[in-house]
Amino acid sequence: MNETLTKEMGVIEEKHPMENILRMDRIPHIWCPTCGIGIAVTSFAIALEKSKIPLDQVCVVSGIGCSGRVAGYVKLDSFHSTHGRAIPFATGLKLGNPKLKTVVFSGDGDIIGIGGNHFIHSARRNMDMLVLCINNFIYAMTGGQLAATTPLTANTSTSPYGNYETPFNLPYLADSCGAVYVARWTVLHVRRLANSITEALNKKGFSFIEIICPCSTIYARRNRLGSGLDLMKFYHDNSIIKHGANTKELDIGFQQKIIVGKFVDRERPTFLESLNDWNRKVFGDKFKEYGGPDDGD
Amino acid sequence: MKFWRKPLDLDQLEIPHGEIHIVKDRCKGCAFCVEYCPKDVLELSDEFNIKGYHPPYVKNPDQCLFCRLCETICPEFAIWVTEKQKEVKKVES
Repeated sequence: MNETLTKEMGVIEEKHPMENILRMDRIPHIWCPTCGIGIAVTSFAIALEKSKIPLDQVCVVSGIGCSGRVAGYVKLDSFHSTHGRAIPFATGLKLGNPKLKTVVFSGDGDIIGIGGNHFIHSARRNMDMLVLCINNFIYAMTGGQLAATTPLTANTSTSPYGNYETPFNLPYLADSCGAVYVARWTVLHVRRLANSITEALNKKGFSFIEIICPCSTIYARRNRLGSGLDLMKFYHDNSIIKHGANTKELDIGFQQKIIVGKFVDRERPTFLESLNDWNRKVFGDKFKEYGGPDDGD
Repeated sequence: MKFWRKPLDLDQLEIPHGEIHIVKDRCKGCAFCVEYCPKDVLELSDEFNIKGYHPPYVKNPDQCLFCRLCETICPEFAIWVTEKQKEVKKVES
């Protein structure tokens, strides 16, 4: 309503440069003040523009959670799937139409917590997709429960005396399962994040980027860390850029140094390439290569 | 503008200038743009927007160098920068 009012008053003369990628009728979004997911969406939009992939060949799949809302806000083919099942849905999309560039944009609770099994098997098979994992260390939308990425000693609503479970080290998990591109950035590194997403969009295979994101309403409030701006200042002072670092050493402690950068960049045959190669070997000339529903006959 | 070392091709350089557009009613007052603007162009205002937050205003419009960091770091898609049309501006040395 506010926006239509200002439009009627003629205040907005020019359009936001990202209006061709965002569904502006759904903006303002529901994310809290100082939440970083909007910055991640901006970086993704910049990367899409830079990578020059036609917009009708990109599709975004989200799961449930705060970052699951991204699928509703981008003006691309997008789907808001069930909890933890964003990666299987994207796998189906990719196999149904291999020309698509599938992007999974979801949170740590969705991809690693609920859908952890799908994540490791997609990385093992090297499905051609890009996974952007927004890590805010907590299940934020459902009220702040303990997530698989909550650092030790952090307070959540299901660990009111502090967390004693060892969290996942996401880049190490992705690396050991066989992802071809693994990076980690905070939302403060906007330009580096956009460049990293551009690089990953142009790469074949399972690419994984962990985006560390401030959550002021739940995580910072429960742990008395101040506002989202304080968290951003913390990232500014405590993030160390270390490209090619050993992924074993990338654990994140509670309010400790965060190592960011691009850790893994390698080549492996993707799922469809191995499928075609193997079947050609077994069946010889009888086999017709699979490249989508509308090729061949 | 101050340089710590005078570039040799200073006469040929043309420094771009930006014009900042803010949708005040979309702002949620996170102050990321104010904090991270490298030239301190923006500042939080005292006025309230329709949601009850303090939106930023452009304090030093001439200082903006069209780096577009505020546009990139705004989580609300409420601020953007367009390049000012060139008015044959030469840098004073």
